[in-house]
Amino acid sequence: MNEVILEIDAVVKRFGDNEVLRGVSLNLHRHEVVCLIGASGSGKSTLLRCINLLETIQGGDITLFGQSLTDPRVDPDKVRRHTGMVFQSFNLFPHLTVLENVLVGPVRALKRKRADVLDEALTLLERIGLRERSDEYPDRLSGGQQQRVAIVRSLAMRPALLLLDEVTSALDPSLVGEVLDLLRDLAATGTTMLIATHEMNFARDVAQQVVYLDGGVLVEKGTPEQIFSNPQHESTRLFLERVR
Amino acid sequence: MVNGTDAPPSEETPSFLAPRRKQLLLGRRAVLASTVSTVVIIGGLILAFYLAPGGALVRHFFFNPHLMWQSFVGDPSKSLSSIGLGLFINIKIFLIAEVFILIFALALAWTRMSKSPVLLPFRILATVYSDVFRGIPVLLVFLLVGFGVPGLKIHFISYQSPAVYGCVALILTYSAYVSEVLRAGIYSVPNGQLLAARSLGLTNATTMRRVILPQAVRTVIPPLLNDFISLQKDTALLSVIGVIEAVQAGTIYLNFNFNASGLVVASILFLLMTIPLTRFTDSLIARDRNRRLASV
Repeated sequence: MNEVILEIDAVVKRFGDNEVLRGVSLNLHRHEVVCLIGASGSGKSTLLRCINLLETIQGGDITLFGQSLTDPRVDPDKVRRHTGMVFQSFNLFPHLTVLENVLVGPVRALKRKRADVLDEALTLLERIGLRERSDEYPDRLSGGQQQRVAIVRSLAMRPALLLLDEVTSALDPSLVGEVLDLLRDLAATGTTMLIATHEMNFARDVAQQVVYLDGGVLVEKGTPEQIFSNPQHESTRLFLERVR
Repeated sequence: MVNGTDAPPSEETPSFLAPRRKQLLLGRRAVLASTVSTVVIIGGLILAFYLAPGGALVRHFFFNPHLMWQSFVGDPSKSLSSIGLGLFINIKIFLIAEVFILIFALALAWTRMSKSPVLLPFRILATVYSDVFRGIPVLLVFLLVGFGVPGLKIHFISYQSPAVYGCVALILTYSAYVSEVLRAGIYSVPNGQLLAARSLGLTNATTMRRVILPQAVRTVIPPLLNDFISLQKDTALLSVIGVIEAVQAGTIYLNFNFNASGLVVASILFLLMTIPLTRFTDSLIARDRNRRLASV
């Protein structure tokens, strides 16, 4: 097993009186793919947002590459440059072309020269078969194409860790496959990913570790084999029966 | 039982014809109907203007073609200012004020939306500012700035021309309005855009400049142009602090000749100035609407 890059330690997140995460702990190793499963509202998305510092936590600690993210001296922008995030609703920038969407991170956040990044960006677009459409605006693309561009936009930052928040949930069923194929491809090439998903077959295929959350509590974690074939907890069993 | 009753479907063949009165407004008859109503209404207004008991007097007082021309070109030998030349001052002030308003309004909007605790006093100031200057009639701002600031006798600041004070008064007032328009535009950008930009590691300022503002500007342009149309008109208020722009030139003409044709000339010139912008704004709104309808 590779070294641990992300340690989530007893994280608590509250929105007012509503406790959304109740002491969740989880480790993520380099090149590892971990899938978070659980019903809507179980805290999957919130956990991802906390790692990316889009939310602040009220208890516990998150450590990335040995550095605590709750340290007040931490610059959230620097953390985010190493942790890519992909959203359910793509959130591509509609006023920028596909290519500009991919370039904006490296050029505007990492201050790299546009000419230096251009080839990389085009190669990434080539990889998802959209190089020919790089000068078009996102609204000309299908949902599946937009989501693949959004993934590539994150990859252009060369993140150490990719956080994916139900990236196929807003897609037509016929478009889910192309996005999952890209994620399989990324997993095979060693991208470290933490994926919140409702796609159980996909989780079974790509994850080294599957984590079941229920009501903000980490109920059970293990290999896909353990979770899907031999769940230890009643609530995990019931959830898996419902989604099948 | 789809409709909730037990009644069987009607056996009658339905008729799709409109009632007779409504038929008059359909098809080719519609063109005839609109022509007739236009002729009747416009003709009626013109007739009223000509047949009114005091019609001749009003026409002479406001619409005397010879005097209108005389006031338009002006007559330096009789110390009559040209209204046509006066309008250039309105245009110049409008163009200068516009630039400063945009800059100042953006700074105001930005301050009001900031979240940093350090900026709290500025946030309060900005809120008070926009409340005050949206609440005071523009005319009073002109008088306060135009006569108050020179009265203070501060070196340099109190010794500017009235045109400068007028320009400042416009900037003070309109920045408050425009900053609210900008703020609404910025809030109209979906939150997901902010999340996506920040999660790429873009700083707050870069996110604003590269992601939020470019999208906000699109929704904001029509209301912004509406504010600028009324800014163009409000340059007429420069007359109250003694700037000889179009309206003041017309007023001078009125005082010398006891004839208001000059003011009508000024009105016509203002119309010529604002109509291109109003038409342009309306076409932008229509285009935006069509695009939105097409994308649904």
